[in-house]
Amino acid sequence: MSLYATANQTVGPYLHIGLTWLNTDRIAAPGVQGERFTIQGRLLDGDGVGVNDGMIEIWQANAQGKYAHPEDKQKTALEPGFRGFGRVPTNAKGAFRFSTIKPGSVPGPDGKAQAPHLVVSVFLRGSLKHLPTRIYFPDDPANAKDPLLGLVPPARRGTLIAKKVAGRKGLLEWNVILQGRGETVFFDF
Amino acid sequence: MSKLHGYRRPHPGTQPDYDFPPYASTEKRHPKEPLVIAPQTLSELTGPIFGHDDVKPGDHDLTCQHKGEPIGERIIVSGRVLDENGKPVPHTLLEIWQANAAGRYPHRTDQHDAPLDPNFSGAGRTLTDAEGRYRFVTIRPGEYPWRNHYNAWRPAHIHFSLFGQAFMTRLVTQMYFPGDPLLEYDPMYCCIPDQHARKRLVSLFDWESTIPEQALGYRFDIVLRGRDATPMEKP
Repeated sequence: MSLYATANQTVGPYLHIGLTWLNTDRIAAPGVQGERFTIQGRLLDGDGVGVNDGMIEIWQANAQGKYAHPEDKQKTALEPGFRGFGRVPTNAKGAFRFSTIKPGSVPGPDGKAQAPHLVVSVFLRGSLKHLPTRIYFPDDPANAKDPLLGLVPPARRGTLIAKKVAGRKGLLEWNVILQGRGETVFFDF
Repeated sequence: MSKLHGYRRPHPGTQPDYDFPPYASTEKRHPKEPLVIAPQTLSELTGPIFGHDDVKPGDHDLTCQHKGEPIGERIIVSGRVLDENGKPVPHTLLEIWQANAAGRYPHRTDQHDAPLDPNFSGAGRTLTDAEGRYRFVTIRPGEYPWRNHYNAWRPAHIHFSLFGQAFMTRLVTQMYFPGDPLLEYDPMYCCIPDQHARKRLVSLFDWESTIPEQALGYRFDIVLRGRDATPMEKP
C-alpha cells in the first residue's frame, strides 16, 4: 500500500489553546548530567518585528549523545525521566527562553560524528508548515567538521550557532530570523 | 548505525509551499533563501515519545471539561493514523484545538463579535490505540471571519497536531467538514496544489461512528510520512 502524507496546515493565531498544556521550558530536570545552558532569543519576521503567535519545539540527546527513543541502539545510559523534548511559546515581543544541558555528540552520515546540537521546529501563524532548523553550541571545535553545518554556505552557518552573552555564564542567545538579512538556515529533510 | 531507513520525501504537489501570496501573512514570514537539503540522521529519525502519563482519560472529550455542556451540535471525530506504507501508527499523541459553535476562540486576540461559551475551552488530546485508532468527542466548530481579504471567512475546521515516531513525522494540519461552501474561497485549503491532497483534509460523514439520538460521526484518517523500503545508501 502506498499513501501520501496528509498536507500540513498553519497552526494559526490560536495555537496556544491546544498546545500550551505541553509547554516545557526546562528540558533537563535536576540530576540530569551535563553542562547547563539557558538559551534565549526572538522569532522575527521580515520587518524585524517579533512574532507573538509562534512556538519553538526542541528535541535532543543527553550528555552521552543518547536519545530517549527505541531506535537509538547505542549502548549508552539514559537518565530515568529524561525525554529530551522542549516546547516554548513566543511572548508578546516574539521572545522565547528555555534551559537544558548540552547534548553529547551523536552519529551522523557515513559514521562521522555530528557536533552537539539541538533539533528545532519553528511553528507560527503565517507559516503553512513548520520550519526545521538546528542550534549548535559556540566554541565547539566539532562544529568545523559537522556534516550538516558543512552543507550550509559558510556565510550562513553562524545563524545555526548560539552566541555567548557577555558576562552571563551559561546564557546563550539564538534568534530565528524568518526572512531577510541574517535569515536563519532552515533544512529540508 | 549501519542501516538507517529514512523517510520518503513528500510527493510533489501534496504539501504547501512556505510562500503563498493569497494567505497574506506568509509574505513576511516565509524564508527567501533556499532551504538546505540535508540527510536524515539519528537526530531526525528519533523524536519524543508520549504515553499514558501525559494524557488523562477524559482529555479526548471536549464536551466534559466544565460544569455544564457546551452549546452546539455534538460530534464524534474519529479515524486512524497510518504511515505512507499503510501501517498504523500506534500510541502516538494527537492534540486538537478549535473554535466554539459560534466561531469564537477563548483567546485574547480573538475579537470576533460572537459569544464565548463558558462551557467550552476547545482543546483536547489523546493517544492512538495499538491499531492507530483515535476518537474525540466535541461540538461542531463555527465558521468565522478573518481579515486576510475582503469578506474572508474560515470554513469550519479543527486543528490537529501529531508527533508520530520521529522528528521527521511531525505534522500540524486542519480537518474540514464535507460540503462546506467556504472551502473553495479559503487560502489555507487552497494552498495545497494537488486537489486530491486538498480533499483528504475534508472529513467524511460516518454513519458507523454516529451515535443514535446523541452525535453525528465524522471520520478523518491521517497519514504521516513513511519510511523508504531500502536503507539510505550512505547512512
